[in-house]
Amino acid sequence: MDYVLLTEQFLNGFQLGIILFLMAAGLTLVFGIMDLVNLAHGSMFMIGAFVGGTIAVVTGSFVIGVILMIPAMLIIGIVVEMTTLRTLYPRDHLDHVLATFGLILFFNEATRLIWGPEGLVVPLPDFLEGSVALGAITYPVYRIVIIVVGLLVALGLYILVSRTRIGMLIRAGASNRTMAGALGVNIPMLFSVVFGIGAVLAGLAGLIITPITAAQIGMGEDVLILAFVVIVIGGIGSIRGAFIASIVTGVIDTMGRSFLDVFLLLFLPENAAESAGPALSSMMIYILMAAILFFRPQGLFPPKGAG
Amino acid sequence: MVDWKSPANILTIIVVGLCAVVPFLAPALGEPFYVIVFARIMIWAIAAVSLNLIMGYGGMISFGHAVYLGIGGYAIGILAFHGVTSVWIQWPVAIGACAVISLIFGAISLRTRGVYFIMITLALAQMLFFLSVSAERYGSDDGLNILARSDFGVRFFSLEDNMTMYYTIFAVLLASVFISWKLVHSRFGVVMRAAKSNDTRVQAVGVSTYRYRLMAFVIAGVMCGIAGLLQANFERFVSPDMMNWPRSGELIFMVVLGGMSTLFGPVTGAFVFLMLSEILSSWTIHWHIIFGPFLVLVVLFARGGIHGLLTPGSDRE
Repeated sequence: MDYVLLTEQFLNGFQLGIILFLMAAGLTLVFGIMDLVNLAHGSMFMIGAFVGGTIAVVTGSFVIGVILMIPAMLIIGIVVEMTTLRTLYPRDHLDHVLATFGLILFFNEATRLIWGPEGLVVPLPDFLEGSVALGAITYPVYRIVIIVVGLLVALGLYILVSRTRIGMLIRAGASNRTMAGALGVNIPMLFSVVFGIGAVLAGLAGLIITPITAAQIGMGEDVLILAFVVIVIGGIGSIRGAFIASIVTGVIDTMGRSFLDVFLLLFLPENAAESAGPALSSMMIYILMAAILFFRPQGLFPPKGAG
Repeated sequence: MVDWKSPANILTIIVVGLCAVVPFLAPALGEPFYVIVFARIMIWAIAAVSLNLIMGYGGMISFGHAVYLGIGGYAIGILAFHGVTSVWIQWPVAIGACAVISLIFGAISLRTRGVYFIMITLALAQMLFFLSVSAERYGSDDGLNILARSDFGVRFFSLEDNMTMYYTIFAVLLASVFISWKLVHSRFGVVMRAAKSNDTRVQAVGVSTYRYRLMAFVIAGVMCGIAGLLQANFERFVSPDMMNWPRSGELIFMVVLGGMSTLFGPVTGAFVFLMLSEILSSWTIHWHIIFGPFLVLVVLFARGGIHGLLTPGSDRE
């Protein structure tokens, strides 16, 4: 098997894993702390891409786009939380699913009204173009940047949750909302902030892949479903589980798509391998998820103290 | 006993009555298009009735129920593609496929509860959606045209006749409501509803709720698959889109809109949902911008759905 291609695809998978982590982290935080199933998280991914992308196109600088996207998404996230989601916390999961499904329809259509049906192409800045040599392979600079940014965000999130005061409040709110409230923590405020952080992470994920894929309506939904798979595998509410499961899912999905048909050739006739390859590789991570759930219904890293 | 004059029942009689007379009424009013609309409403209503069985009565929120529409539909589409059109082969294959797949999916997803269940049913359904997208031989994204409807092999009963097709769908709808009524009021239904309100207690009296839930999941899968095979026949077309996840979301909405855990609620829900989308989409192509917030408002303020609003003093459990 081709060693260069193998490394390249591994890095691509790692990069997909990073994107998935940015999505899954917000999703799992919101679920772990507020017990809210939020389908509209995919919309945050899309809005981040369109808002940040537009700023990048208007100012001519992708970096400014990323920087201004952060407060924009924080505000949008907090507004969505305060206007709609807040009323949903005492409701059951079915109501969450339906109401946030309604939000998706609304956001997709609003995006179509504002930006038109074609989507938005965001050019890559010059200094991020090109490739660098990494040992035997050459790899695009921008994809390396995505991986580095993602790892930095993961580290930052870890420090935020485990080493800072707000992280302490988040953990307190997650393990016992009522008690934390009784001790004087402003729980509604905390929830808004957490939701805002989740929206920023999702928006960042959407924006950083936009130079590769272009911003499209509904772009968040496929990623959202993969992120669901990730947090189910990782254990809902666990950031560490989300990180490991994201990378595993990203790598397996990408590697499966490029190498499964080659692998199947080892023990299947050629035409069978060629037709089974793509079908099977698109199903692989779901089979993985089913297998993991079969043995560990709570996921790989269920957070401590969660029932 | 049943109070036929309650508002909810009057609404049911109006909706079902409309379904029965539309093939005569619509052309007479110069709107023959509504025959197609009503056939679609009834097909979705069958699927919604099947979802209500597990979601309304069993508390299992399946976010991947539309996948059985796809399986039933593709069974017909693929067999027809290979020249097999006989009902006696097509329909058993479609039903068998739905039974086997819902058994596998149910066995996996029923090991989990709550939000895990929602996400797993969604992910498993998306898996088959992506499989259908990658099936180049059967049209991938573009879908598969079906040249001939299922053939009963008798001269006096052919689905190629639109009137026969329409009333076949109508009969299946009535049958599915009847079956769900029978099930809910059987020992099986009592166990399901009891397990919904307190699973541990039902297990404590010695009933394996897992097996009952799995059975219900398979029955609902098969019933939805029948809706799928009717849809494939009626539209003469199947595509991955019919099992994409927004369809599952719409199915859930139909059930909730009409009224969960009510016999005819899903039928009313399908009727209102599709009529509303028909009307709104004739006003503007951006009708989702009204429909999305409408959905949120129904969730926030009309918890019992239409049947709940019409039945004073009742609320969703």
